[in-house]
Amino acid sequence: MQPLLEVQQITKRFAGVTALSAVDLRLEGGKVTALIGENGAGKSTLLKIMSGIYTDYEGIIRYKDEEVKFSRPRDAQDRGISIIHQELNLIPYLSVAQNIFLGRELINSFGFLDRERMIQKTKVLLEKLKLEVSPTALISSLKVGQQQIIEIAKSLLVESEVVFMDEPTSAIGESEVEVLFEIIKELKAEGKAIVYISHKLDELFALADDFVVLRDGRVVGQGPVREITRGQLITMMAGREVMISKKSIKNKPVEKVLEVRNMTLQNPGNPQRPLLSHINFSLGKGEVLGIYGLMGAGRTELCECLFGLHPDALSGTIALDGRIREFKSPIQAIEAGMALVPEDRKKDGIVPGMSVGKNLSLTVIDKISKFGLLNDTLQSKLYDKHVASLKIKVSHEDQLIRNLSGGNQQKVILGKWIERKPLVLMLDEPTRGIDINAKNEIYELISTLNKEGISVLVISSEIPEILAISDRILVMSEGQISAEFSSEEATENNIMNACIPEHINQ
Amino acid sequence: MNSIKQSINIAKFQSLIALFVLCLGLTLMTDNFLTPDNFWNVMRQISVNVCISVGMTLVVLTAGIDLSVGSILAFSGAVIAGLLKHGIGIPAANLFIGFTPLGAVIMGLLLGAALGFVNGFTITRFKVPPFVATLAMLTMARGFTMLWTKGHPITGLGEELKFLGTGWFLGIPMPVWISGLVVLIATVLTGKTRFGRYVYAIGGNENASRLSGIPTSKVKIWVYSLAGLLAAVGGILVTARLDSAQPNAGVSYELDAIAAVVIGGASLSGGRGTIIGTVLGAVIIGVLNNGLILLNVSPFWQQVIKGLVILLAVIIDKSNKKGE
Repeated sequence: MQPLLEVQQITKRFAGVTALSAVDLRLEGGKVTALIGENGAGKSTLLKIMSGIYTDYEGIIRYKDEEVKFSRPRDAQDRGISIIHQELNLIPYLSVAQNIFLGRELINSFGFLDRERMIQKTKVLLEKLKLEVSPTALISSLKVGQQQIIEIAKSLLVESEVVFMDEPTSAIGESEVEVLFEIIKELKAEGKAIVYISHKLDELFALADDFVVLRDGRVVGQGPVREITRGQLITMMAGREVMISKKSIKNKPVEKVLEVRNMTLQNPGNPQRPLLSHINFSLGKGEVLGIYGLMGAGRTELCECLFGLHPDALSGTIALDGRIREFKSPIQAIEAGMALVPEDRKKDGIVPGMSVGKNLSLTVIDKISKFGLLNDTLQSKLYDKHVASLKIKVSHEDQLIRNLSGGNQQKVILGKWIERKPLVLMLDEPTRGIDINAKNEIYELISTLNKEGISVLVISSEIPEILAISDRILVMSEGQISAEFSSEEATENNIMNACIPEHINQ
Repeated sequence: MNSIKQSINIAKFQSLIALFVLCLGLTLMTDNFLTPDNFWNVMRQISVNVCISVGMTLVVLTAGIDLSVGSILAFSGAVIAGLLKHGIGIPAANLFIGFTPLGAVIMGLLLGAALGFVNGFTITRFKVPPFVATLAMLTMARGFTMLWTKGHPITGLGEELKFLGTGWFLGIPMPVWISGLVVLIATVLTGKTRFGRYVYAIGGNENASRLSGIPTSKVKIWVYSLAGLLAAVGGILVTARLDSAQPNAGVSYELDAIAAVVIGGASLSGGRGTIIGTVLGAVIIGVLNNGLILLNVSPFWQQVIKGLVILLAVIIDKSNKKGE
């Protein structure tokens, strides 16, 4: 069969670093190709070359039997190649419809914007994607997961022959994933070529026809998905066997560290439907409590409340280490022994323009001070300690954190909290967009922390992850805890069942 | 690898090189640029802008802006002059309070810091954007200056105050001592203290800073208070040099300060910049002003050229960043 898009011997260098070397790829219509590899393997770079974002490369791109060279993303789009980015490229203070039609606005016969028609078309798209938001809602008022779906809607608007998806599911919950999969299957049936990047191998097995594995900028394996096993793929990606299995040794804590009673968080926009209602749970010393729920179930809000971020709308009691606490600000929560690794690493986690060393010491600045002045030697010591114990891949202390991979950024954020020795460490989607090796390292780290007596509250949208690291699992749905499982009773099925809203009322 | 390192080093010293080239050119083109008289003249002239620019740097590092410094300078200067000359009289209570020069200067500094505090408070408590909050203060402080002076200069302030503006100590003019001290303290504050680290962190990512337990509002209030305080220091220097407080002193000084900060390599979106960079920026502007006068360039053209230099500095800075 003739390929729709073909790249030959693509090489790309960044300031002396070879990101891709002599990559060949053939994409056929009606097929989903999974592009697999660890972070930094060159997947995103390859997509950016094929979609006209990087124009400076060596090699040939052939599209519909014709050699092409795109000079900007719009060229590629106009020819029918669209890309859904891993990072969100939305304008926060424009509405959903305005974002979806950005750059291809509909004009009426007077030459003015045809607002009605754009809103109508957006409505149809949103219905197709089963996203219940108004076309006129501002992007900034949407959750990250919803924004990701808008990003997908944006690319569906254009009639494309080739669609690239760069980790489209990293920010969305299981039910949205299902919708997305249906759409991908439709696109496939229409004869389109789809390239799908994801770290979630289950998704690839469910979806892809072919696979291509990249490692260090080279293709190290390719072929039909049905001829390969999960283990083989992982070995190809990492160069070694990695398995995530259900947690085998469980902690049975006796001592309670955190106890939450009757926690309710009012919704300022809708008093009838609180964001959290009557939450009760406790966390034992050295225990890992997993919290699973779909997008909008209130998982993130729960952590935020325990971190002093919504003092005015909150009711109920929080007892930490036997004392009733009321956190008016993150500062108070931190001083009492709470720590939070936030969901959105870029927005809430790192200070991108600061060095790794400075990011690491942000929470413990007094520890690196002497007589009121910052002490470089103490900071270096702190840096050396964490780089070694957390295996952070970084070239030197002054390297800017924004130049690290996602996994290494996350380790820095973990490091700055571990140094404070918190009573409760809250991890909101700690491994989102992180490659499998770094993931495993973070899991190992969590279990080390438990042994040191630190209790962990972990939110995740990946059931295998929750199963792998939790001693106990809470499932949230519509602002309530809908089920609790010990790790023995927990299975993918009963967790999934408990998080679908209809089950609450039955 | 070596060549990359070298080019980064060159980028760091770019403004220093630019300044050197500027000075070399002026030395060759004029007879009286490179004379001790002219050197100290330039240094004295820039010391006011240096003080204000240091405060502006702190504000810009937090991703803010302070438009009110010129007006705060004028108001503080006028209050110092008024207290020194007339004191405060309350006829109803038959009370009169006189001020020594030191007392008047302290009152002026406190006033500057207080107005800066108001800026910081409105920005953090009521979430008014810094541009708007300080624009309002620019107008209000100017109005208060007019009310206080009734629109007339206050002159004849005595030798002691005058010494701060025109005197010499150990062969160096007093304004240079004062601005030098300000630069030294600010350099240590930004580079070596917890406060300084927090200032950079807030400008780099305010959300992440807050979630790391940094008291972001408190730090910002301090920053605006310091900017107000340093504007008052500028007010002392201006008033002392002229031996008079002018109601329209310091008009558009905030723009010179922002220019110095930007030429010095700071990012208006926060988190990036240094005190030393800003000082270099202020020196470049000062030398350029002086040189253009010595070259008999028309004042109208001087403004055009200054504007071009600001643009050029930022464009060069941007293209350096691309390589990193």
